Amino acid sequence: MGMTITEKILAAHAGKKQVRPGELVNCRLDVVLANDITAPVAIREFTRLGLDRVFDPERVVLVPDHFTPNKDIKSAEQCKVVREFARKLGISNYFEVGRMGIEHCLLPEQGLVVPGDLVIGADSHTCTYGALGAFATGVGSTDVAAGMALGECWFKVPESIKFVYHGKPGRWVTGKDLILYTIGDIGVDGALYKAMEFTGEAIAELSMDSRFTICNMAIEAGAKNGIIAPDEKTKAYVEERAKRPYQLLASDPDAAYIEVREYDASEIDLQVAFPHLPENTRPVREAGGIEIDQVVIGSCTNGRMEDLRIAAQILEGKKVHPRVRLIVIPGTQEIYLNALREGLLEIFVEAGAAVSTPTCGPCLGGHMGVLAEGERALATTNRNFVGRMGHPESEVYLAGPAVAAASAVTGYITHPEEVVK
Amino acid sequence: MEIRGHVWKFGDDVDTDVIIPARYLNTSDPKELAAHCMEDADPGFAQKVKKGDIIVAGKNFGCGSSREHAPLAIKGAGVSCVIAASFARIFYRNAVNIGLPILECPEAAAELESGDEVEVDLAKGMIKNLSKSKTYHAAPFPAFMQEIIKAGGLINYVQERMKNRA
Ligand code: SF4
Repeated sequence: MGMTITEKILAAHAGKKQVRPGELVNCRLDVVLANDITAPVAIREFTRLGLDRVFDPERVVLVPDHFTPNKDIKSAEQCKVVREFARKLGISNYFEVGRMGIEHCLLPEQGLVVPGDLVIGADSHTCTYGALGAFATGVGSTDVAAGMALGECWFKVPESIKFVYHGKPGRWVTGKDLILYTIGDIGVDGALYKAMEFTGEAIAELSMDSRFTICNMAIEAGAKNGIIAPDEKTKAYVEERAKRPYQLLASDPDAAYIEVREYDASEIDLQVAFPHLPENTRPVREAGGIEIDQVVIGSCTNGRMEDLRIAAQILEGKKVHPRVRLIVIPGTQEIYLNALREGLLEIFVEAGAAVSTPTCGPCLGGHMGVLAEGERALATTNRNFVGRMGHPESEVYLAGPAVAAASAVTGYITHPEEVVK
Repeated sequence: MEIRGHVWKFGDDVDTDVIIPARYLNTSDPKELAAHCMEDADPGFAQKVKKGDIIVAGKNFGCGSSREHAPLAIKGAGVSCVIAASFARIFYRNAVNIGLPILECPEAAAELESGDEVEVDLAKGMIKNLSKSKTYHAAPFPAFMQEIIKAGGLINYVQERMKNRA
């Protein structure tokens, strides 16, 4: 019997011809990632091993992005630990403020992850890289410490669920709407421990940016990884960036899935997830004009060029509602620069938005837009748990860039049709 | 390893932001983290919980971020074991790696109540409700995980392997 793309990557890295779901395998790692929150813990554990080298200094990537530029003394101390570790062990893929970005925007952009790779990261949204046709999954700091030492990690081969999206997505609809709709359908544990494989005509239609958004939120359904088989678009994206040779894989026609779910993407309208779980989704048209205090456009989910272009298209020549604070955060320095050159940042500032240097910032209630008690935000981020963006009594609604920009203009959760004719 | 304590019951989908809010992640000191453990679900939890107590929850416990600070905070607060109907994948891994015992047992998760006194035998996967004299069975850890735990966590386990390699 054939294998899924996930099984193929795991088999190849375990030095096996074939693997089956449920099997425990020890795999070689292509990239090991950590950030300013998780790396200090990983470094502390790594230090206990008494080693003076990592398995391969080129394949360890450290990105201080959560509380950077340092928001307080404690976070500055944490970043210092990471910086000094990188220097001492000759880890060249350490990204300093001014050259950095949100890790999951940055790694694909810099060609550090390529199709066919096996990646672990001490960050749950490491699953983002599945959009390149890689197996990428979030782990904890101790796993990363062991991974940095050995260049290996154990995995249980996950069962795969296939999600097929027929038809063409409608106007304004992006990857965010498809994945929110899907999580609304299967729930926040609907793919627990499993691989989510996304395919179909609508996926083929989507840009790479939208595909990253989809795989990024696989963890929000509890999945081990999300994955999209590479196509011409993937190749075009990777060709100019890849720092290493890559391998384009696809699932065999007779691969086994424990479930196949099919959707008609042309029927999926813009979505919004209500507090306090990403599964509480509704079409934006049924959101009932909920008033908001803050809008955040950014994060590893929606801080890429496509997102900024859509937002700018809606905000051009308009003003942010007087009651609303709009915060726009390009995902990386490259995105920031491109948005600057395309005139998008000018549109945002003219509209009355705050534009930030790349950072996770408000996405995790860190800094740059923390919510007060009773405040409500609409964000293009991925989690709306209790207290995620600040006070435990605040609320976060999740949506894509078009809804976010339109809502910033009106002051309530809005379908972009209301703002742009 | 004897595990015995009183139950603190929580619901489904207890996420890592509830276990330890991101606003406290500018440190990784287990003691500091423990002071804010479960704060957004039960503000007084960290002060009230006693050494050896047991957290019991519904499905998908520990969903959300990969922060190892979550099991560290729970362990730091003195909790001896977490029993849930199911665990989020990364939390499960992290708990094993840092040596926080956890058991998946939907029956026990449904029936145990706050305040029950419970005894747990990890090797057998046995959960005994001493208050109600009822016993539940969870699947014990698979062999390789028992090895990690026996070694005293993943880092010690790797240390042994590095030695064999050299
Ligand atoms: S942007 Fe948000 S979800 Fe993404 S890595 Fe940063 S904190 Fe995590």
